[in-house]
Amino acid sequence: MMNTRFIRNVRLGIKTLMLHKMRSILTMLGMVFGVGAVIAMLAVGEGASKQALDQILKLGADNIIISSQQPMDQAASGAMRVRMNIYGLLYNDLDRITQSFDTINQTVPAKLIRGQGRVGGRTLELRLVGTTPNWFELVSRDLLTGRVMTELDIAHNANVVVLTEHGARKLLVGKTTLGSQVRINQGYFTVIGVIKSESSQSGTMQTPDQEIDAYIPLNVAKERFGDITVTRSSGSQTRELVELHQIIVQVDSIEHVESTAAAIERMLSLHHPKEDYRMSVPLALLRQAEATQRTFNIVLGSIAGISLLIGGIGIMNIMLASVTERTREIGIRRAIGARKKQIIGQFLIETVVLSVTGGFIGIGIGILIPWLITMFADMPTVVTLWSVLLSGVISIGVGVVFGMYPAMRAANLDPIVALRHE
Amino acid sequence: MGDQDVHALAGVDLNIERGSFWAISGASGSGKSTMLNLLGCLDRPTSGRYALEGQSIATLSDDELSDIRLQHLGFVFQSFNLIPQLTVQENIELPLFYQGIDASVTAERACAIAERVGLSDRLKHRPTELSGGQQQRVAIARALSNNPSVLLADEPTGNLDTATGQSIMNLLTELHEQGKTIMMVTHEPEIAAYAQFQLVMRDGKIESIIENKNRVAGGALA
Repeated sequence: MMNTRFIRNVRLGIKTLMLHKMRSILTMLGMVFGVGAVIAMLAVGEGASKQALDQILKLGADNIIISSQQPMDQAASGAMRVRMNIYGLLYNDLDRITQSFDTINQTVPAKLIRGQGRVGGRTLELRLVGTTPNWFELVSRDLLTGRVMTELDIAHNANVVVLTEHGARKLLVGKTTLGSQVRINQGYFTVIGVIKSESSQSGTMQTPDQEIDAYIPLNVAKERFGDITVTRSSGSQTRELVELHQIIVQVDSIEHVESTAAAIERMLSLHHPKEDYRMSVPLALLRQAEATQRTFNIVLGSIAGISLLIGGIGIMNIMLASVTERTREIGIRRAIGARKKQIIGQFLIETVVLSVTGGFIGIGIGILIPWLITMFADMPTVVTLWSVLLSGVISIGVGVVFGMYPAMRAANLDPIVALRHE
Repeated sequence: MGDQDVHALAGVDLNIERGSFWAISGASGSGKSTMLNLLGCLDRPTSGRYALEGQSIATLSDDELSDIRLQHLGFVFQSFNLIPQLTVQENIELPLFYQGIDASVTAERACAIAERVGLSDRLKHRPTELSGGQQQRVAIARALSNNPSVLLADEPTGNLDTATGQSIMNLLTELHEQGKTIMMVTHEPEIAAYAQFQLVMRDGKIESIIENKNRVAGGALA
């Protein structure tokens, strides 16, 4: 019976609000835009952060990436005085890291050489990656055709290459992919497989792989191309000796990533007086991105709170006006025998109907706007379920909180005075 | 059911028999409205005693007063005081709604009462679509719907023309004959003439109580 009475109250509330359609709609606008803006903003923020997080996760959350880097002073003095720049990670470093820590699953070295791939008349600037088979485990990408490098290729010093989808498309148009010969810097390599590449130029994060990669066995790279790179530019030449450009370390569990990274750093610093390497820990970046997202959410939450507060005050204002306007109705109801509680219930229901209707329209708008943004601006957006649920709950809350005062005021009117009210 | 003792205003001592029909008159400020508010349990005496059906009102809480109004009293006002956003039927059902009675029951009862006041074809209308006399009939129907023992009427014909006013008075007389106690405030002698007793107030005191010998008979002028 309470239930049917509640339903009758709600129906009566809607009916009363419908008497002043324009006013009710205008009153709801605060809630509509408040809730709509919150959901839309959260969706855009969530989309952006998901994109960043995805990119970080592609680096592998359990990985540590150590890259060679020219030390600052050496770079500054430039090619003029120094005839040969020697820096970076050593083959020894790889062994030391691999052997020193039992929290490490595997290590993957990479030697990066700039080269030109040539098939017939077609050429493509490539980044040769001399590495070991476990590269393909760590930087796991879809295999499109053929196979990836194996230990046998290493054992046989095989002149084989794994191309990316991009490289294969550019170099091998109209040719049988597998078994084709690609000429790279005076050497011929047999294509054994093609993999997908996840790198994107627009991303702020650098993935270990690039779309111009060509993967060859590390020992082949070392033998054929040596450790010295010569760069010629405007008449001068720079010679660089770098043994390994990158070491990717996979740690056995995410909990050990940060401690292992710190330990490796300590160990490397013993052997490298100049800081000629750089460590990047995707997990740390992930944490950082999450922290940024938290800050962003707090800012959004504050904006949302303020807009909902304003929406609530708007509703309260109108309800106070409504109480004044309907003073006589309140008097009549009290004279008939309505208790204060029932008057409070009536006005509270009206306020909640207003705020919840506004909230629901707001949720609709909040879902529509991100959809339009994705459609037309091609930005990723994610409308999260919790933001929708939270908005619904907040709508009810705003109705109750901001409806309470007008409702109490209505209920506490003296029935005699209220009846005399013109 | 019992007697109604009133100690009100200044030294007012009054016994109202169940089933009697009273007209309260007096100049404005004479205390007749306060009297009606007290009788209607909208107000509590600051001192003294008012008992309705043997129950003293002075010590009751706001909720208890509400319940007494809901169970035992019906109000009819000068300006009808119907709730504009509700239909005739919903207005009549209002006291039953607050009693928590099921919607199917209240609808049935509203129809029966509407028929009694001659408005069964107007149930779905809004109050604003009715004439003044019809609106007052709806108000009376609403006051009757909870089957109260006492009807309190505050200038029930004040906003009506003479003929309509008479028809409303005939309706009240009829209800009186059916056993309702009726307390009516009026300043029109012709209207007061319908009551059994005429209570004249002055400066918060009872000036006189006159028993009407030449009452207008119920239905005689209809």
